[in-house]
Parts: sequence; structure tokens; C-alpha cells
Amino acid sequence: MKEQLNQIQQTAETLLRQADRTETVEELRVRFLGKKGELTAILKQMGSLSAEERPAMGQLANEVRAKIEGMIAERAKELGELAMRKKLEAETIDVTLPGKKPVVGKRHPLWQVLDEIKDIFLGMGFDVAEGPEVEYDHYNFELLNIPKGHPARDTQDTFYINDNVVLRTQTSPMQVRVMQNQKPPIRIIAPGTVYRSDAVDATHSPIFHQIEGLVVDKGITMSDLKGTLEVFAKKLYGDDTMVRFRPHHFPFTEPSAEMDAACFVCKGEGCRLCKGEGWIEILGCGMVHPKVLANCGIDPEVYSGFAFGMGLDRIVMKRYGIDDLRLLFENDMRFLDQF
Amino acid sequence: MNLPIKWLQVYTDVDVPIKEFAHRMTMTGSKVEGWEREADHIRNVVTGKVVSMERHPNSDHLWICQIDVNTGEPLQIVTGAQNLKAGDVVPVALDNSDLPNGAHIKAGKLRGEQSNGMLCSIGELGFTTHDFPDCIEDGIMVLPADTPLGVPVENLLGMDDTVVEFEITSNRPDCMSITGLAREAAITFGKALNIPEPKVTKTHGDVSAFLKVDNLTPDNCYRYTGAIVENVRVKPSPQWMRERLRHCGVRPINNIVDITNYVMLEYNQPMHAFDFRNVKDGHIVVRQARAGEKITTLDDIERTLDESMMVIADSEKPIAVAGVMGGEYSGIQDDTTTLIFESACFNGINVRSTAKALGMRTEASSRYEKGLDPNNTVPAILRALELVELLDAGDVVGGLVDAVGTMPTPPDIPLQPDRVRTFLGADIPTEFMVDTLKKLGCRVDGALHVTPPTWRADLEGFADLAEEVARFYGYDVIPTTIMTGVAEARPTEHQRFERMMVDACVGSGLYEINTYTFMSSKMLDMMNLPADHKLRDCVVISNPLGEDTSLVRSTAVPSMLEVLARNYNARIPSASMFELAVEFEPRRESAAWEEIFCDHAVVEHPDRIPLLPIEHRKLIAGGYGVLDFYALKGIVELLLDKAGVQNIEYTAVKDHPSYHPGRTAAVMADGRQIGIFGEISPVVCANYGIKDRVCIADLDLDAIYELRGGVRHYVSLPKFPAVTRDLALVCDLSVPSASLEAAIRKGCGRLLESVRVFDIYTGDKVAAGKKSIAYNLVLRDSEKTLTDEEVDAAVKRSLKALAEAGAELRS
Repeated sequence: MKEQLNQIQQTAETLLRQADRTETVEELRVRFLGKKGELTAILKQMGSLSAEERPAMGQLANEVRAKIEGMIAERAKELGELAMRKKLEAETIDVTLPGKKPVVGKRHPLWQVLDEIKDIFLGMGFDVAEGPEVEYDHYNFELLNIPKGHPARDTQDTFYINDNVVLRTQTSPMQVRVMQNQKPPIRIIAPGTVYRSDAVDATHSPIFHQIEGLVVDKGITMSDLKGTLEVFAKKLYGDDTMVRFRPHHFPFTEPSAEMDAACFVCKGEGCRLCKGEGWIEILGCGMVHPKVLANCGIDPEVYSGFAFGMGLDRIVMKRYGIDDLRLLFENDMRFLDQF
Repeated sequence: MNLPIKWLQVYTDVDVPIKEFAHRMTMTGSKVEGWEREADHIRNVVTGKVVSMERHPNSDHLWICQIDVNTGEPLQIVTGAQNLKAGDVVPVALDNSDLPNGAHIKAGKLRGEQSNGMLCSIGELGFTTHDFPDCIEDGIMVLPADTPLGVPVENLLGMDDTVVEFEITSNRPDCMSITGLAREAAITFGKALNIPEPKVTKTHGDVSAFLKVDNLTPDNCYRYTGAIVENVRVKPSPQWMRERLRHCGVRPINNIVDITNYVMLEYNQPMHAFDFRNVKDGHIVVRQARAGEKITTLDDIERTLDESMMVIADSEKPIAVAGVMGGEYSGIQDDTTTLIFESACFNGINVRSTAKALGMRTEASSRYEKGLDPNNTVPAILRALELVELLDAGDVVGGLVDAVGTMPTPPDIPLQPDRVRTFLGADIPTEFMVDTLKKLGCRVDGALHVTPPTWRADLEGFADLAEEVARFYGYDVIPTTIMTGVAEARPTEHQRFERMMVDACVGSGLYEINTYTFMSSKMLDMMNLPADHKLRDCVVISNPLGEDTSLVRSTAVPSMLEVLARNYNARIPSASMFELAVEFEPRRESAAWEEIFCDHAVVEHPDRIPLLPIEHRKLIAGGYGVLDFYALKGIVELLLDKAGVQNIEYTAVKDHPSYHPGRTAAVMADGRQIGIFGEISPVVCANYGIKDRVCIADLDLDAIYELRGGVRHYVSLPKFPAVTRDLALVCDLSVPSASLEAAIRKGCGRLLESVRVFDIYTGDKVAAGKKSIAYNLVLRDSEKTLTDEEVDAAVKRSLKALAEAGAELRS
């Protein structure tokens, strides 16, 4: 009987090693361990053994059973893993094929950059003001210290609707509207579409976009203007941006300045990008002219402020290296899809 | 404005490398645009003398010249010029030389004969006969016989000066002059400024015997100063003067014209020289023109004047449009013997409006309109007379006629040094302020009251003085500070709403566009809109760039169509786009000035002024290719869901001329139309050259904002299972799905969680004129598990309602 048991164990071991399908392993389990299996058959003979032999033989039989069970489990696991490996192997795909892009659109580059600029100023405590595109001459010019006959009107060739109504030539009239409707402290930017009677070419458009800024409070200084706009430039163009302020003239600010950033390529030395100047004009700014404050009902003896304005289209063109302003208005899908 | 450095150095001893000069001038407010030195564009061109000339053996027009360039052996050079003779001194481009026109000259053979360079014409050196009146265009430039040989021509021909170009802002007409820029440069570099007072040493007679001036319009003519020169000797002006004029971009003409231009550049005082013969009675009258009065100006165009325009007249007729241009006979002729110099100061605003009305902006008018210094007329005219004497251009008659009108009074401005320091945020010493203002020509008294010079009419108040101080103190030296005080900022609810709508569009696969807000009536024709359509009432631009951009748009749909057409024509297979657009609706009403403006500015104004147009915010979405009707409707539904608009209904629109009558819907919310969308009529598409189907949604963003929902309330998640049922129905083709859904909703009541169309069929398997439409119903009771009986009852009720709506179960 002992030999029979050993024989069964050996046979089971050999057959299991040969088994290459989980079904075969199951058949073997039935064959050896099933109710009518070989091991069961042997155990049924236990009764014929002597009482002395029986414990030892019983123990051996249990050992053999446990071994076979173990071998079956192990082989089943091996085969299961093998099958999984084969299945996964068969499911291999070409990971270098392109992905399925979700169908989403894109924002126009102008408004992408505008949102970025708005976010910078919101973070600095500036609200976003709005105003009409068709505007009174009185707001667009007169209250901004540009009376009728002022030479500055020539540099802003104006579209007129009638003697008193124009397509706004600048976002500055929104300053006036804010100052008339809000008591200081005032801290706003006012982005918008503006109009000038320029024929269309690579650098001119009768319609373009500006962002205006205005701060009015007690004790606002020119050094506040410099500090605020320098922070803005660093946030928009990077922490290593160098700026300079040089005197300029605007009718509605005094002192007035233009802020340049050191050319991003040559850092102020002069190169082809900056046409040898070393500096790229970013925005115009200045301390709000006392006459403008007074025009808007704010006492210039008590309050002071600064204002600034920049051209969004130019900023966008510089950022993306766009060489033709018209592209921003043509809306070619192949252009829009690049941003 | 061009500034030749050597001319600058006549007035102030500024001598720094050009790059530093440009930088520091820019930083004190005179922005340098660039600089140019003619000599940088010429190399290896020297003077040489023609020693001998002989005919070229193989040519009947070429000459073989031996040229002495002071290097021992003469150089052999072949030339085609016919104006030379032995002994002439000429410019010689040597082997390996460069000319201003970009030409590079090398030695070589010309028809077999060695030529070691080229003899140059004035044109090849970058000049015209205006610059060198003694030379000819089509021949070699011949230099004075005593010119040293073998020397580079740059210095000799005045090409070695650096000319700096400045951008002059409109508030600084004084810097439109050499002396004005010299003042800025002197302060910038801490040098002395020396503008000598012009002096005439020899005069004869008295001007009053020749000239009488009446200023009849003193508010427009602040000052009119005249002088007389007799025995005028018209000839070319000397080379130094021609060089300076050329560097400033002014063409030399003759000594008299050149003197007037020279003084204008030097002193910023436009001048005119009248031929005395053509000024009747020697009587100059400055007056307003009479209505309809005519004058033929120097450019040979007859101009009709009106009473707003100022003229210089004699006792009979206008002889010049004041400050703009002279009349046809007013100028100097070759045989002029006596002339009148005019040096006047006119009201800039008046000159500007005249020049604009006549469409003739001139160098003089563009200077006048910025506002000139009435105290400059006398020094300028004296400078002109000094130059007449220096150039021997005539004999100066003694005295000036000086007719003074209404002279502006310079303001008296308290400096307030502490306020300047606070305002600028910089600790600038008072002495620095006073010193700077004095250098600028201001008078500063002991009480620190400042009177600006009359050439600085732009200095009116405290802030102007602060700027003058700041720019010479250095904007870059002013500290930078961060504003104190708490500031809270956040986009308004409306701004957040619009950003949400934009994000939803982008998330729906639409690309944002940016279009012109202009329109033309032709675009409305292309939209198929009838002549009396509401959108034909537009805001009209009175001075448009062209017909195509003459209106401010009443609808942004044509803008979208144009963009789609452009993409379609570029053979882009599919485009889906959107724009947050503004549309303009004109208003005819007007209101009293005071009702609209409550400001404090004192301006002349009409009693009533028209109201501004209404600006509507719209969301226009559109496309072709992928974006069909239902894709677009899906986007519309998504947007309205995002906005939280309730009670939405879609109704068929069959009569909009721009849209497809069978594929267009109006969006209704609470019974109010808030948009329209659908396929664009093929007729309209054809107008835009699009052969594909185009869908556009035109949504009223203002209305959607008004109807927006508030914060959403959470609905608890279901605790009991749902039951689904599919219903396949048959009905007439014309029955809208919305009415069947309504019937199902009615039948199921609160048990209906959702109803969804999942199949539509027309064809053989249903009767003609019928369609099969299948719905998937999801029913759920939030309180308990539904029983089959309850569901069956709900379906039964639905079928009854469906039957009323004209649909029955498909058998």
C-alpha cells in the first residue's frame, strides 16, 4: 500500500508537470482526489490493514493527499499566470499611434493673454471696469484734457458718428466713467476694443485692443506707479524682466512716461528683434493730470493717482512672434489652433 | 526732427559717444529714434585730378583717364562721362570701395583696357543738384580746382556729421528746433547753452517807408513781424548751409528760401519771404477771409476760403493762407529785387482747423498748430537778416514792423517743493528743482513762484513743473514702491457669467474668433434681409475708411459667416467657432447736456446731444462640417443648462430670411425669445461662396444673464431602483417630438425620471407619411421601489396621452 501511495504521488507529479491547460489540471484533481479517484480508492482499502499499520499508513496517505493537493494548486496557479500572460500578450497595441484628442475648442490668443493680464491685476487688487465702444467725444477727449483743436486729436484719427459721438479711440474714457461713478480709493483696469481711422496693413488696424489702468487715492506717488507696473511686467514677462521708465507725453497724465522692457533677446544691448534699440516699448503711463481729476469731480489737492494703457494686440504679437496683425482678425482655424 | 551733431555743437559743447548721447537724451524725454552718418556708407573714395584723357581704342564714347590721387603713379580709370577735361578735380572710387547706393567698386577691364576704379557723379555719392547746384546730374562731379588731392571725400562733402532723429511729442514744439534740442542737451549733459543774439551790422533806410502791417484779427494773430531786404541777390546758398538743410531733410533751393528754412529749423519759427512787387501798396493786412474768397496757393491749386480762415492779404487780395501756404505770386523769383520777410505767430487751433479744412498740412502749419512762442518772431527775423548779411543775399533795410495782437500771459505757478517730493515719491532737493527750472528758461522768484518762458506754453501747473524736475532728476532714480492699503478685487458676477459661457463654448469644441465690428449694407443684402428689416437700422460712421466698413454692426452674424467662408475657401474641412460679440442699436433720442454729463469741465457745448447706441452682448456660435443642427442645438442646450435658464422651449422658425425654413428654431424661455439657431439658408451660403451646410446660433447673452439661475440646490441621490421601458411609436411625419415627450411626461407624472429618443425610422416598414420614433423611459419613485403594476399604469396613461397627440404603439 505504501508503494501504491508513492506510485500515485509520482504519477500525479509527472502528469501535473506535463499538464499545460487548467482543464487538464482539473481532470487530474478528479482522477486522484475525486470521490472515485485513485487516492480515495486506496483509502477505502485502509479497513483491510492491521491496527498497527493503520496509523502510519493513514498518516502517509494524508501526506500524499496534501502533497498532491499542493501540487495541483501550484500548477493551477502557474497555468493561470501563464494564461494571463498570453492573454495580455495577445492584447498588445501600438502605443506609438496618436491619441484620441477630446473635442474641445480654444480661446482666441488675444483673450487668452487678456485673461492672464486680468488675473495679474486682480491679484494686485484691481477690479475690471467696462464701458461703451461708441462713446461721447466729451468722455473720449474733452474730459481727458484733449479739447477740440488739440493737436493730440490728429494722432488719433477718429471715426465720428456725429459731432458729439465717436468710436472710442482709446480705453481712457472708461477712466472718466469710473471716476465719475466711484469715490476713491479706485483701483481698476479697463480692457476694450478701440477704433482709429488707420488703413489695414501688417502693423495697423482700424480696430485694436487696449488695457487701461487707473489708481486714485490719497498719497499715490510716482514711485507707486513705477513699483506697480514693474511688478506687472515681471509677472507677465518673467521675474528677470528689466524695465525702464522714460519721459513721454500724454494729455491726460503729468508727469507722463513710457515703460520699456529690456529686449528679451539682447537684454538691452541692441539686436535685430528690438531693431537695435535694446528696449521694447510696453506701455504708456503717468500721474493722472490734475485737470482730469478736477474734471471728474475729484479734488487734486487731496487725491492723486496714476494711469496706464497698453496695446493688447502688440503684446500678443510679441509673445507669440506673430508678424502680421491681420492674422488676429482673420480667424483662420490653422492659426487659432496653434494657441 | 533731425539733429546734426555739429549744428548742435554750435550752441552747446556736448561731445559724447553717440550711443550715450542717444540714451541720455531719451531718458530726459527727447526720444531718439535712430541716427545716421552718411560717411558710414562710403569707403575708399578720394579726390583725384584728371592728368590726361584719351579716347578708348575700342569705344566711341569711353575715355581713358590718368588720375592723380597723390600716390605717385597716376591711376588709369575708364569713364563714360563727357563733361571732363584735364585738370578737373573729381571724386575717385578706388579699387575695393563702397558707395552710398550700396555699389562695391573693383578694378577690372573695360573693353580690354584696365580701369582701377570709378569716377563718381553726384548721384552715385547720394546727392542731387539741389545739394550741389554747380554740378550736373549726368556727368562726373567736378570739385573746386584747389581741392587737395588724395583725401577722402566724406569730410569734404559734409558727409561726416552724425544726424540724430528724435521723436518730438506734440507738447514740445520748442524741440522741433536745433536751439530747443540744444537746450535739452545742455541740461542733460550739464553743459552751458550759448545762443548768441543775432545782429545785423549794416542797414540802410527805414522799413516804415516800405511796409505797413495791419493786424485785424488779434485773437488769431498774436504777432506779425516784418522786415525788408533790398537789392536781393538770389543765388545758391553756401555749402555749409546746404549741408545742414540736407541733414535735416530739407531740399536746398536758393539763398533766400534756404534762409527761411534754416531759421525755421534753428528757431522753430516758420518764415515766409514775399516778393515786394506782388504786395500791393506794401500794405499787409492780417484778417479773416471773406466767405467764398479765393486764392491760388503755391502748389497751383485754387482754394475757396471761408470766414473761419485767416489770410495774409495786401490792400486788395489774399496773398497767403496764414500759417499754411503762400499764394502763387507770393514767392521769390529769380528777378526779385525787394522782399518782405514775414515772421509771425498765429493761433495754433485756427491754423490747424484751416489746414484740415483745406486738406493741406504743411511744415509751417504742423508747427503752428502745436502753438508757437510769440516772443520768438523778433529774434527769428533778426537771425534771418543776419544770415542775409552773412550770405550777401541782399541789403537789409533798417528796423522791423512789429504788429502785436493778443499776447498770452504766462502763468504764475507756485512750485511747492514738498508737494513735488510727495507726489513723485522722491527726495529731490529744492535747489535742484529751482536750478533745473531756471535752466529751462523759467523765472523763479524768492517765494518759489515760477513763470515759464513763453516757448513753454505746456507748463501750466504744479504737475507740469513736477515733470520737468522729474525728467532731469531721472525717472530711473525715483524709487519703486508697492502701494499700501488693502484692496479687494474680484470679477463681477456678469464677468464671471461671461467667462463661464466662454469656457462652456471652448469645452464644446468651439474656437473663439475676434472680428471687426464694422459692417456694410451689402453684408445685410448678402444676409438676404429685406429693405425694411430692423437690422437695417444701423449706427452710421460719418467718416468711414470705405463703403465696406461704413456701419457699426447691428448683427454679428455676417462677421461669423465671413470667417466661416474664409476658412471654407481655404479648404479647411470643418470649422466650429464662437464669438462673444457686441451689436449696436442706434437711438434717435437726444437729451439735455446737463442730463448726460454731470462733470465739472467748462466747455462749449450744444444744449442737447444724441444718446449713445445700445450695445447688446451676443454669443454667436457657428460652423460647417462637423457642426450640424443637432450638434449646435446640443451646445445651445449645454449653455442654457450652465446658465441655469429654466422653462426653455424650442419652436420651429419658418420665416427668417437668413435661415433654412425647415431647419431653424427659436429658443424661448418663459415665453421670451432669447435666441435663434439653425441652418443658414442655402441662398445666403451661396452669397458667401459656401457649398456646405452652415449652422449658426445667435444667442442674446444679456437675456440669458437676466434669466440665469442662482446657486443650485442639491437633489439627494436615489435610494430605490429605476425601471426602464422602451416605447416604439408611430405617428405622422409632422408631429414634433416635443409634443410626444410632453404626452409621456403627462402620463408618467412625477415617476418619470428621464425620457430620451433612441431611434427614428421612416421607410418601407411604416406607412407613407408616417415615422416611427422610439423612446427610452426611466421611471423611479423616490420613496419606494416601483411595482410592475405602477409602471404599467404609468405607461398606459402615457399611451392614452400619446394617442391624443397622434401617436400609437408600433405594432
